[in-house]
Amino acid sequence: MVTELSSVSQIPPEFHVKVDHDQCRRCKRCVLNCSFGCMQFKDKVTPDHSKCVACHRCTTFCPENAISITPHPITYKENANWTERIRQNTLKQAETGGILLTGMGNPKPYPILWDHLLIDACQVTNPSIDPLREPMELRTFLGSKPNHLEFERDEHNNVKLKTQLAPQIQLDIPVIFAAMSYGAVSHNVHKSLAIAANKMGTLMNTGEGGLHEDLYPYSGRIMVQVASGRFGVHSDYLKASAAVEIKIGQGAKPGIGGHLPGEKVGLEISKTRMIPAGTDALSPAPHHDIYSIEDLSQLIFAIKEATDYEKPVSVKIAAVHNVAAIASGIVRAGADIVTIDGFRGGTGATPAIIRDNVGIPIELALAAVDQRLRDEGIRNQASLVCAGSIREAADVAKAIALGADACVIGTAALVALGCRVCQKCYTGNCAWGIATQRPELTRRLNPDVGSKRLCNLLTAWGHELQEVLGSLGVNSIESLRGSRERLRGVGLDKETLEILGVKPAGVGM
Amino acid sequence: MVMTIDAKGMYYRELNKMIRTAIEDGDTEFVLDNINGQRYIGDGIKAKARITINGTPGNNLGMFMNGPSIEVFANGQDGIANTMNSGEIIIHGMVGDVIGYGMRGGKLMIEGDVGYRVGIHMKEYKSQVPAIVAGGCAGDFYGEYMAGGVMILLGLGSGEDKPITGDYLGTGMHGGVIFLRGEVEDYQLGAEVAVFELDEKDVKLVTKHVKEWCGHFGHDVEEIMSGPFIKLKAISSRPYGNLYAY
Repeated sequence: MVTELSSVSQIPPEFHVKVDHDQCRRCKRCVLNCSFGCMQFKDKVTPDHSKCVACHRCTTFCPENAISITPHPITYKENANWTERIRQNTLKQAETGGILLTGMGNPKPYPILWDHLLIDACQVTNPSIDPLREPMELRTFLGSKPNHLEFERDEHNNVKLKTQLAPQIQLDIPVIFAAMSYGAVSHNVHKSLAIAANKMGTLMNTGEGGLHEDLYPYSGRIMVQVASGRFGVHSDYLKASAAVEIKIGQGAKPGIGGHLPGEKVGLEISKTRMIPAGTDALSPAPHHDIYSIEDLSQLIFAIKEATDYEKPVSVKIAAVHNVAAIASGIVRAGADIVTIDGFRGGTGATPAIIRDNVGIPIELALAAVDQRLRDEGIRNQASLVCAGSIREAADVAKAIALGADACVIGTAALVALGCRVCQKCYTGNCAWGIATQRPELTRRLNPDVGSKRLCNLLTAWGHELQEVLGSLGVNSIESLRGSRERLRGVGLDKETLEILGVKPAGVGM
Repeated sequence: MVMTIDAKGMYYRELNKMIRTAIEDGDTEFVLDNINGQRYIGDGIKAKARITINGTPGNNLGMFMNGPSIEVFANGQDGIANTMNSGEIIIHGMVGDVIGYGMRGGKLMIEGDVGYRVGIHMKEYKSQVPAIVAGGCAGDFYGEYMAGGVMILLGLGSGEDKPITGDYLGTGMHGGVIFLRGEVEDYQLGAEVAVFELDEKDVKLVTKHVKEWCGHFGHDVEEIMSGPFIKLKAISSRPYGNLYAY
């Protein structure tokens, strides 16, 4: 039972917004840009500190650089146990009685194993390759690979492949865009991602929100999702896609469903999700037609039947304790791609308790799954895609070496589009026009500019990956895949190194 | 021309491929004989076609279906009309669990009982309003998460040892409407629904569907409409609106 309180909020502001009134020309650009109601104009710019979320929109657009944002000086008395976060949350719950909502990925200082892994390089005994002057292959094919290949000769005595291959998706760079629904993000974000995916030869993913009709021209590079709410899922949507993904779980919220609040279900979203405007879009926690691996297999083959076996089917799960055995079941159920989302993965909205405390790191999950599938002799039957805080090209290189076929980027793509990781996605007030449906905000993101920024990011990462491959003395990403011998661990305990299948730094071949 | 397929011993993949190819070639009428558990019949088919099934089809009959009309002269299994968009399925018998999951349009007419979690997360959009009419009783979680559409349960054969529905009736419901021909106890109701009396419009709607149902299964409309019916609707279209701290 929630009791309404009439008293003034006791929650102190998180940030302090300082306006240098000597420099300020009172152009009010900050007031117009602030979508959280912090920057107000009362004769002069007067910030309401309590409303600042540190999204940097005002500081970025102030022509005089007159605004600075710092942690609020009258902050909580220092306490390593009763941290600011805990006290802030306690006050908020005392005032609202609600589950604490949050957005983006887990911000807590859990160990980031990517930063404890180091990549090998060639010296003297084997030559490195200069990627600027020699061919360097980043191409990757996602899809189930056969156990063996059979060949035959045609009438001209030419050798040709007899084995019928399962459908494959060609990626020109092994980095694909994360599933982010139209609803969680704006139409312009979807459009930016779709254009960039097409230009760069990679994929975007609809998330569970359907595909807006404007984006069907790009659908050859779009993975469409079938999640528990089945929003916007119909035969044309499945058939138009590059691949279909069954979303079981998400790293930021394993085991729970989703609520897109009615306020965000405007006319366009209502059309794409195929539900009445203004109603909550509730995604149940489980798919109610999947209570077992056998049931999952049934849905995989229902999708394959509906798409005439022409599309690879991916199954996305959150990295949880038993991830390796689950992934094995998924492969045996007939999935062509297994996508694993680690516990640092992002989201548009989730209860903080789930995001911050549930799941396991992607690095360990990836290594465990890859090893399990190899041990069982079924690694070839599905591609392994890893997600959940891939922050930079180095993370991609390390993930590939641990066994991933491709990596997924969500937050990195949004940061490229302007996101400042203020974690207020769930409010729908995103000042950068990303996680919002307010028309005056969504128009701040121009898809032509946005797609170029995404292309630039992937181009840069592509060059960086080529540099790493060159220094390793290999000329294709395929040669790094699953090559854990090219990784070494620093500052990791024995068990962690064992799970990662990586030797400690200092140990040679 | 009617295309007749003897499905005796046929694997579902072969059968469904045959149907899909024939539909692409312009066939619209199918009679499937000796069906025995073949899954996914009608899956993803977007066409006007009529499929008569003699025998019991396997799970996920009419999944993602968009247009066809299927009539089954036997019982059905689980997952019928899963995420179906339009068309109709008529079952001369009873059916299993998770019927009409995420169904967004079209009609489902069932002569007898339905299993657990029927009509779960059914939804509607504009003129697309799905309907499930079943003659018998239902298991637990009938209409769970229901977000739109119409479900009618006639409760024929219900009695003291066989209640018209199980527990958690309409739990999580936030749209659509359920009509039951019978009574339910308060403890059977999900927290998000309440019982209402039918108004004139409701009676008209129920009569329309019952007439159609009786047309398929040979019951007397007046006798069925003599009721008594109750109506279940969600208390709120936003049942979890106040659950969170922002």
